[in-house]
Amino acid sequence: MTDPILATHDLQKSFGALKATDGVSIDLLPGEIHAVIGPNGAGKSTLIAQICGGLMPDAGRIDLLGQNVTHTNTRKRAKAGIGRTFQISALAMEDTVLQNVLLGALGASGSPWRFFRPILSDTTLRDKATEALTRVGLQDYAATLTSELSHGQRRQLEVAVALTLKPKAFVMDEPMAGLGAEGSKLLTGFLDALRSEAPILLVEHDMDAVFALADRISVLVYGKIIETGTVDQIRSSQAVREAYLGEGA
Amino acid sequence: MIRERHLNALVLLLLFAVPLWAFFNDAPFTITLATRAVIFALAAVGLNIALGLGGLVSFGHAVFFGIGGYSMGILAHHAQTYTPLMEAPFLIEGTKSMPVIWLVAMVTSAFAALLIGLLSLRTAGVYFIMITLAFGQMFYFFSISWAAYGGEDGLSVYVRNGFPGVNTLVPINFFAICFVILCLVVLLNTLIAKSPFGLALSAARQVPQRVQTVGLDPTRLKLVAFVISGVITGLAGALFADLNRFVSPTMFSWQMSGEIMIFIILGGVARLCGPIIGAVTFVMLEHFLGGLSEYWHIYLGVLLLIIVLFARGGLVGLITGREVAHD
Repeated sequence: MTDPILATHDLQKSFGALKATDGVSIDLLPGEIHAVIGPNGAGKSTLIAQICGGLMPDAGRIDLLGQNVTHTNTRKRAKAGIGRTFQISALAMEDTVLQNVLLGALGASGSPWRFFRPILSDTTLRDKATEALTRVGLQDYAATLTSELSHGQRRQLEVAVALTLKPKAFVMDEPMAGLGAEGSKLLTGFLDALRSEAPILLVEHDMDAVFALADRISVLVYGKIIETGTVDQIRSSQAVREAYLGEGA
Repeated sequence: MIRERHLNALVLLLLFAVPLWAFFNDAPFTITLATRAVIFALAAVGLNIALGLGGLVSFGHAVFFGIGGYSMGILAHHAQTYTPLMEAPFLIEGTKSMPVIWLVAMVTSAFAALLIGLLSLRTAGVYFIMITLAFGQMFYFFSISWAAYGGEDGLSVYVRNGFPGVNTLVPINFFAICFVILCLVVLLNTLIAKSPFGLALSAARQVPQRVQTVGLDPTRLKLVAFVISGVITGLAGALFADLNRFVSPTMFSWQMSGEIMIFIILGGVARLCGPIIGAVTFVMLEHFLGGLSEYWHIYLGVLLLIIVLFARGGLVGLITGREVAHD
């Protein structure tokens, strides 16, 4: 059996009496898109935060490439190979599009302690950043201020920043959020091609995108995975219909 | 509207031209005023690296200004009284050499900034402001109680310290030294802002969570900015003490911290020459309005209100027509 790139084992996280993550075990295999879906309040964002290092789980384990990363911080997990995009764009709005992507390239290079040479004269970083921008179709916006981008373009930029890190696994938190039909279609095509580079753990509300992209889907309800399977298995699962789609038995 | 880089060049040119005019017209007091403005500008350019680039609202930068001042005062005091600063375990004597004093001022300020930054950067927002203020007050009251170096009365230095090959007693010469240092620091600021460190620091101010997810440490970036900032403000403190040939606990006071911040707000936060324009404006108001009324700060308050309410980019923003600094 293929070893997973990323895996959680019996992950637990509570906030007071509320169990936000209740024994979650999921894995991400090479080349796949594994979608996590669930109603609002199911604990998807809490799960992502634990996987990326923003929250420490109360119990359980997180492995990345077979290494236990449960107690390492966000920065170390990024260096270990997790490339994250945020549900609400976390971009430097005062900076240009190119500068935002350069930040990713700079993080990947691991050497921000250079004080005297303009970053724009570093052709290695610049090439990496430009390549990432070209891949998401934002190459013509390099000099544009990020605050002037449309919502959809900001989502694309989020992905471009993650691309510069050359991650071992992408963790994407609702990348389609707020996109129109056209934007969603474009990004779906892009993510479909991206899986060959690194697998994607995809948290998404856009069911058309999820069903078009996912190799496997895990359904999270009240902090628990109630079902994991292929698109067809999830579509036909009675438990999912009852808990998630709100259909009676 | 005038472009910001042209405005910056004009400001530096005027700042150099006015004392030069004063020199040829035998107006040494104008040169002293200009030197005071240049030193204040230097302190503010230092703070602007922490505040403008790093978003660190330090209300305790007078600590570094005072450390620089006392570095000068203590070293010069021991040199003029021919008493060693320390005899055991090794002998340290005082000095009247400006470069040595600057080095001591910068190293001690760096050390203080590192310690204060390590503790303060565990907090953010209003707590960061309060903790830096608390450090400022600690240093202020310590200097008051430090009887060996004048306590509340401060320390006087009878003759200005020396710089190799320059007669520093001539006002225009001392001005020139301060002006060259200011230009070098402005250049350093420009380089930092455009460097990989500057980019990462700017992002750490705006979106620290993003900086973490690309594998960088926003707190460490801010700490380094805070130390660089403290070093520059410390150097300004040493020059200020040399200008006045006097150092007192006032240099550590919260009013001093506030004034350094006011220079930046007046001129424009994160603007290259914002702190310089702010400091010059402050010194001019202090001189001209201070001559009319001892309550001239009322007018400063009104100006500050107008700037904060109607010109968020400070005077630079007002002149260049751009509220946000991004070049």
